[in-house]
Amino acid sequence: MTEQHIIGAAVPRKEGRDKVTGRARYVDDMTLPGMIFGATVRSTIPRGKIKKISFGPEIAWDEFVIVGASDIPCKNCIALILEDQPCLADGVVNHPEEPILLLAHTDRHLLRKAVDAVSIEYEDLPALLAMEESESKKEIIWGTDNNFKTYLIEKGEVDSVWKDAAHIVEGEYRTGAQEQLYIENNGVIATYDAELGVTVWGSLQCPYYVHKALMALFGLPEEKVRVVQMETGGAFGGKEEYPSMISAHAALLARSSGRPVKIIYDRAEDMAATTKRHPSRTRHRTAVDANGRILGGEIEIVMDGGAYATLSSVVLSRGTIHAGGAYYWPHVRVRAKAVATNTPPHGAFRGFGAPQTIFAMERHMDRIAQAVGVSPIEIRKRNFLKTGMTTITEQEIREEIDLSGLLDRAVKLSNYDEKRKEFGAVKNGLKKGMGVAAFLHGAGFTGSGERYLNSMVGVEGLADGTVRVLVSSAEFGQGTNTVLCQVAAQELGIPYELVTIAQPDTTVVPNSGPTVASRTAMIVGKLVQSAARGLKQTLVGSGFLQGTYESEQFRKACKEFVAIRGALKSYSRYDAPPGICWDDSKYKGEAYSAFAWAVYIAEVAVDPVTYGVSVGDFVALQEIGKVLHPLLAEGQIAGGVAQAIGFALYEKVVWQQGRMANNQMTNYIMPTSVDLPPIRVFFEEKGNVHGAYGAKGIGELPMDGPAPAIVNAVEDAVKIRFDSIPLMPEDIFRATTVRQNA
Amino acid sequence: MRADPGEYKLVSPSNLRDAAALLAGEPCRWTPLAGGTDLMVLYASGKLAARNLMNIWDLPELRRIEVTPDEIRIGAVCTYSNLQKHEIVKSEFAMLATAASWTGGIANQNRGTLGGNIANASPAADSLPALLAYDATLELYSVRGVRRIAYSEFHLAYKKHVLATDELIQTICLPRNTKGTFSYCRKVGTRNAQAISKVCIAGLARIANGVIEEVRIGMGSVAPVPLCLRKTEQQLRGRRAGPDLIRSAKQTVAEQIQTIDDIRSTAEYRSAVAANLVAEFVQKLCVRAERQ
Amino acid sequence: MSSSAKKSDKQEHSFFLNGETISVRAFPMERLLDALRVELGLTGTKEGCGEGECGSCSVLMNGELVNSCLVPIAQARGAHITTIEGLAKDESLHALQKAFLECGGAQCGICTPGMILASVHLLDKHPEPTLEQIKEGLSGNLCRCTGYMQIFEAVRKAAYGEPQR
Repeated sequence: MTEQHIIGAAVPRKEGRDKVTGRARYVDDMTLPGMIFGATVRSTIPRGKIKKISFGPEIAWDEFVIVGASDIPCKNCIALILEDQPCLADGVVNHPEEPILLLAHTDRHLLRKAVDAVSIEYEDLPALLAMEESESKKEIIWGTDNNFKTYLIEKGEVDSVWKDAAHIVEGEYRTGAQEQLYIENNGVIATYDAELGVTVWGSLQCPYYVHKALMALFGLPEEKVRVVQMETGGAFGGKEEYPSMISAHAALLARSSGRPVKIIYDRAEDMAATTKRHPSRTRHRTAVDANGRILGGEIEIVMDGGAYATLSSVVLSRGTIHAGGAYYWPHVRVRAKAVATNTPPHGAFRGFGAPQTIFAMERHMDRIAQAVGVSPIEIRKRNFLKTGMTTITEQEIREEIDLSGLLDRAVKLSNYDEKRKEFGAVKNGLKKGMGVAAFLHGAGFTGSGERYLNSMVGVEGLADGTVRVLVSSAEFGQGTNTVLCQVAAQELGIPYELVTIAQPDTTVVPNSGPTVASRTAMIVGKLVQSAARGLKQTLVGSGFLQGTYESEQFRKACKEFVAIRGALKSYSRYDAPPGICWDDSKYKGEAYSAFAWAVYIAEVAVDPVTYGVSVGDFVALQEIGKVLHPLLAEGQIAGGVAQAIGFALYEKVVWQQGRMANNQMTNYIMPTSVDLPPIRVFFEEKGNVHGAYGAKGIGELPMDGPAPAIVNAVEDAVKIRFDSIPLMPEDIFRATTVRQNA
Repeated sequence: MRADPGEYKLVSPSNLRDAAALLAGEPCRWTPLAGGTDLMVLYASGKLAARNLMNIWDLPELRRIEVTPDEIRIGAVCTYSNLQKHEIVKSEFAMLATAASWTGGIANQNRGTLGGNIANASPAADSLPALLAYDATLELYSVRGVRRIAYSEFHLAYKKHVLATDELIQTICLPRNTKGTFSYCRKVGTRNAQAISKVCIAGLARIANGVIEEVRIGMGSVAPVPLCLRKTEQQLRGRRAGPDLIRSAKQTVAEQIQTIDDIRSTAEYRSAVAANLVAEFVQKLCVRAERQ
Repeated sequence: MSSSAKKSDKQEHSFFLNGETISVRAFPMERLLDALRVELGLTGTKEGCGEGECGSCSVLMNGELVNSCLVPIAQARGAHITTIEGLAKDESLHALQKAFLECGGAQCGICTPGMILASVHLLDKHPEPTLEQIKEGLSGNLCRCTGYMQIFEAVRKAAYGEPQR
């Protein structure tokens, strides 16, 4: 058997050819015979009681299928973690754009008119439109106290550190909502059959989340719900939980109409009605010794979850666990809460709470540096976690890490020192600065989450001797298909070309867990590896294959087995690595089985005429275990950095009465090709004992660092402190004027 | 897509005369449609009130660019791409070529037209400050003939202009008197490409022996209409270029503009940046004057 | 009661599509994008925004890049339209398609058809483009996945045979 080098090679993207030829099929490319179209009538107010629904006389309503809350067969909720979010509002609305009625018709254009012809009278109720309003509890809009979730982490004796502090540094840091802005809007096609049940085809990340939600909504058993993932045009978390809602809607219309129903949102609806990144506010109060070493501190985190719980408890969890960043905290208290407001529920977006709290931590480190009088580089080196130390959840860092070395390398790669010297000498014109962010990102589900997911993966030998991977993990650009086929091929010792991957269809593939949390390569990949091994063992154990073989022999053996014995399938279920202990009540222990580590450095220029910030150069250096596919890995980092530059400098959600007012691509600004710096990506590989071939998750890591690195650089350039993103030229102008007037 | 194509009429007259006859025959009924980069966006969002559209995209009379010794005559349906490629536009009216490169990406530049930009009359339109700076004249065509008006008199109020209900913009004429002038234009948008402007400036000046003989400053997004900074022009005209000029020019900007808060930006930011752009123009002008 | 009074009539619109003569019966204000995707079943051209901002609907019209969501079908009469489906010759990929595959230019793929056509248009105007020209040429095509880096490399590979980091 020749040594295979599929892992680590830039093999062709599995579905790449279809994508470059326009053959890849996204949900709106699909039609079914007899298919009709669905649309949603939504709330125009943030909170109130529905008093009356009127149907305008200009529409022939008997031609339409109309579905309301009372048409929901079993439970009017979108089951996720809690069951507080209705599928359709029933007498009461809690956010603008909340779905109230569903309409279906054969004519897409008429449907639009019909939506506009439904008028709803409300009795307004007082609404909470910002997190501070929710905290004040002047209205209770959710539960007993507006809190979806709270966490408390306590390590050591934080109350004892203040007296020994040479400096006590305080800061408050804010991040705004961010729209995922996948270029393909949310969409789904559903059918309903009294015997067979519900089938949906959709643009989605988690087929089994949708499966679970539809089972609950319709009161159907497992085998009567089928969910199929179509080619998905970007997701970034925005299609983690929302597809359950749109799938439920289409399925309800399919049930009422007896026809297949397609619902595709246009951009305006998608931006206004679906989930966004949780806005956050993080306060730090830190005791630091004379050398700048953190003695301890308090961190207070608030996240705005919108009107319903959805995933807020988990976003808050990750944000909380990452709040201490890449540093050693001997003592710390972290208090975190996710609060309800009358805005469309916020949800998953790449990074999932960590970009928010790492923004705060990395801005705060620069503040500490100033208080102590050392450089941003030096302050970090003095506080970095080292092997053997524990995180804020008291997880011991067992792997070999050298964050100071990583920082030094990034400093060199970015010419940090030379540039700062050069920039410092400039008196007029563009003001330039350099900024650093050092951080970590835990991959996989937190704590016992992976055990709870209990993922299962299959690898199948087919009649033609090729191998097929069976996972519910979705491809949406990040390379799922490619990487998992690489793993199987490498493990089996057969060419990459002989491995395919099944389209995620809940009647075909087992539940390998949701495609989130940067877990796919690392955790699901590991399961693919063991399932492949199991397949090999079946063939060898049954005598069809020798222990050592060439790929042609494998193929022959596989063909023969299937011809004679029938199905050749090997399954592997998640088995938690030993020694992973997590205490959910104290929020202590092994939060993640692997951390990736990174140092990002940004060079910015601030224009004194326009107050605009441009990023001139960006170095993204990370240690990620094993690079399974160099092109895909680099693509993930570059793409994540670009999104995070948007998060920092461009992507402002303008809220008016709880609704996104700038819900058009003209007015919600993401970077174009001429807005981005060269994004220079570098990897270090140290291996992860738990991940497939040593991989650590990397999908979300790049979202955490750029925003604080950039804002740190802006402060370096103009010597004004900014602690809130997105940082717009208008903000820089205002601060500059304030300083001039002072 | 929030409009029903079945509710819209689109007729395609084969020449300018027929187009004008249609407008005259049924005044207020027909809305001209050129490259569609404004109207089709409104249409798709369900906000296009007009139901009867007249296709002028293919009218040959409106696509020509003619050059005479005195002026360049740009057909109203010339696209931004046409403008960027034209030798005389590039060499003598560089700000117009630059403004054409600002408007949308390449795909929108291939379809957006100068006439459309003018008729749509958004104060944020990229080309309009340059037209003011170059002292453009418009030729308006109808069954009653052609009338010429100074472009600076075209806009009356926000999205209201002097075009009669039966008139079409036929030609945009720029006098070929820019040789030896100094020009400066800049757009401040929400990003570097495909951006609606927050503030925009196009300045043109002629200097002789260190004295500003002639100056025109057009600005966009600082008032309900594209604006000429007449007071600032007056202040600069006949003066010797120098540093005190920069300061005084900056000061008069505020009284001429009416910036607003909107979904993209704030009034105070726009006012400040407008003043900064004027200062930058005058500063660069002074540098040029010193060199002479 | 009929729900809407149609004011317009469907007409025949003929044009050249990927080298073939085609006729579509549609309302004159039907968007070229919808004529391609729905009437003609060519779903390679995508709708990302419907407002001419994202470029995922880009096609070539008489050799020029346009956003098909902003073109009424009546204005496409007699035009030569090229969509992504018209690029590859049988199973032989266009150089840009190959380059996108080799350099990671496509991740989720939804912007890819428009991006590739924009790149075709770019290389047509600038066969040996500078990085600045590549960036400018693609500034009307939004990609949310790649951060554009590997797209630039793909264009350079197609132009020069090497990505030229």
